[in-house]
Amino acid sequence: MEKRPQPSRRWLYLSPLLAVVVTMLAGGALFAALGKNPVEAIATIFWEPLFGEFAFYYRPQLLVKGAPLVLIAIGLSLGFRAGVWNIGAEGQYIIGALAGAGVGLAFFPLDAWFIFPLMVIAGALGGLAWGMIPGLLKLRFGTNEILVSLMLVYVAEKLLAAMALGPMKNPEGMGFPGSRNLQQYPSAHNADLIADTGMHWGVVAALIAVIFAYILLGRHVLGYQIRLTGQAPRAARFAGVNPARLALFCLGISGALAGLAGMFEVSGPAGQVSIDFNVGYGFTAIIVAFLGRLHPFGIALAGLLMALTYIGGEIAQSNLGLPSAAIQMFQGMLLFFLLAVDLLTNYRLRLTPRPETA
Amino acid sequence: MTLKTILTGATVALGLAAGAVIPAQAQDDKTKVGFIYVGPIGDGGWTYEHNEGRLAVEEHFGDQVETVYQESVPEGADATRAITQMALNGADLIFTTSFGYMDATLAVAEKFPDVKFEHATGYKTAPNLSTYSARFYEGRAIQGHIAGKMTESNIVGYIASYPIPEVIRGINAAFIHARKANPEVEFKIIWAYTWFDPAKEADAATALIEQGADVILQHTDSTAPQAAAEKAGGVVTFGQASDMAEYKPFPRVSSIIDDWKPYYIARTQAVIDGTWESHQVWDGIGPGMVAIGEITDAVPAEVKQEALALKDAIASGEYHPFTGPLKKQDGSDWLAEGETADDGTLLGMDFYVEGLDADIPQ
Repeated sequence: MEKRPQPSRRWLYLSPLLAVVVTMLAGGALFAALGKNPVEAIATIFWEPLFGEFAFYYRPQLLVKGAPLVLIAIGLSLGFRAGVWNIGAEGQYIIGALAGAGVGLAFFPLDAWFIFPLMVIAGALGGLAWGMIPGLLKLRFGTNEILVSLMLVYVAEKLLAAMALGPMKNPEGMGFPGSRNLQQYPSAHNADLIADTGMHWGVVAALIAVIFAYILLGRHVLGYQIRLTGQAPRAARFAGVNPARLALFCLGISGALAGLAGMFEVSGPAGQVSIDFNVGYGFTAIIVAFLGRLHPFGIALAGLLMALTYIGGEIAQSNLGLPSAAIQMFQGMLLFFLLAVDLLTNYRLRLTPRPETA
Repeated sequence: MTLKTILTGATVALGLAAGAVIPAQAQDDKTKVGFIYVGPIGDGGWTYEHNEGRLAVEEHFGDQVETVYQESVPEGADATRAITQMALNGADLIFTTSFGYMDATLAVAEKFPDVKFEHATGYKTAPNLSTYSARFYEGRAIQGHIAGKMTESNIVGYIASYPIPEVIRGINAAFIHARKANPEVEFKIIWAYTWFDPAKEADAATALIEQGADVILQHTDSTAPQAAAEKAGGVVTFGQASDMAEYKPFPRVSSIIDDWKPYYIARTQAVIDGTWESHQVWDGIGPGMVAIGEITDAVPAEVKQEALALKDAIASGEYHPFTGPLKKQDGSDWLAEGETADDGTLLGMDFYVEGLDADIPQ
């Protein structure tokens, strides 16, 4: 094993693919150990959602499941590149959903075109504000943004429970927790733009975010500063980058995008504010960001791949009787092997023994 | 994925939109029964018992039926997909076994008019959507009686899940009968906001024990509270949803068992016979949907006898756990002497009875 003078460009692109292949092999072994046909299980996970008999239903679901992951991961990737570690996207996602749904519910039952745009703005602002808390604390008191942003997830979860049980509870819900279903309130419903395609506004927002992030990183001075700060913080300072302002920007933008994802989810696929509204998109997005190499297009692909393992995994569960824990292990393997294979980007294998040097 | 396949997908999806109703796929003549679980089968509680029901269906009908299930399905958007997926794959009857699946089940039921749906513990129905639930509060009354007799510190801890009517009803039923058995008893309630999370449940149990509780009741599904009680020593617990027999004879001195087997078999039979109709079922100890697990010798013989007598009285319908005179927590009258609670009030219960020193989270 020998360190490469420069990270290999070839391996940079090959390693995610290799990781997927190795995951398939190891996963197949796992499924075989559980007494299932490994080929059938792997085929069910990767083939069935895309080209199987009911692909007409699953393909749109890939967008539904992938969009929030991509939207959040894009925001996170900007920070990760600059060395700003926002681990609390899950909390920003919740607050964005609460802010967006709050605006929508406040207008109920008014029927007006401006309600949904207001909800979008509220969702983004909610996530932004929640993301700025660790940023401002870091700036003012030098706190660690990893810890603060993570802790704020639990605060957000408590707030979510309080809202679902109190102020946002459906007055016609017979005392059961959970808000009105926004899917039944057209002015606030984030419906499919074309019915049954899964293309809701969240998917559109994710696409826009991918393109904007690409332009920002490749063409804009801010993108240059982000990359420079991540690679050479001292050089960045000499180049006139204000690290505090950059950290705030990264936390703010990733918070706003996570907030948007939450808002689109609560007004669309989920429909209501409920105690268990968040299902871990904010954490899974961290995996997606790294799986996608922190590159906008990579993240879009990684988000879809992750969505594929979720949906294919569900099909494998119910069609083949695989336990859900096995599917979770399978997803975990993906990240594990990606990190393992990553070694090849920075190191190369030497087959011959190293010559003795005097 | 090429542009062409994307376009093909979109075209199919559009065709689907035009047809609005998705035809369920007719497979072979086996009846396919699906189950959606909120926790893992290995939770040892709620989901475990539903899965026992599924296995009973397989055993009873043999080759006539095929069962499928999906465990740990989050409540919300993911549930819609899981249920749709089962319907697409030709399930004839689908049981969704948690309250939080209500809207998802209703939405999928509308798209698949030929598939029968059964939603546990909810209140929304449709021509092809039934609801079913058990009168767990009947078992809570018996637990409350034993708890009142067994406590020495006069503090009973209660691990509650979510502040929904079902859980509040259980707290009230247990409290009323604990007070009857022991007028000094106080309840301390912790809301865990989960149905199944061993770590949170263990924390809650430990916190209650530290506050002096020597009896712990739980409305969460794992055996973590039993383990915490065993570690602390001298603390009484009860099995929840399942017998949790591995903690017999102490700390687990009795249990409430949900027995879904007869119901699942009956409903599957109805689908096979073509006699299935939408209904709302709420059964208790009498019809056998709720069972009381063995009361161990850790309970004094006299208390055990009283508990069994209470169980028989409830089973025969001679006694209702909510019988007046009862007042609400704020002191206002609820039930007059001899009056019993109606199902409507019980199903929407959002208040504590008099004497409980706690607040329902708002």
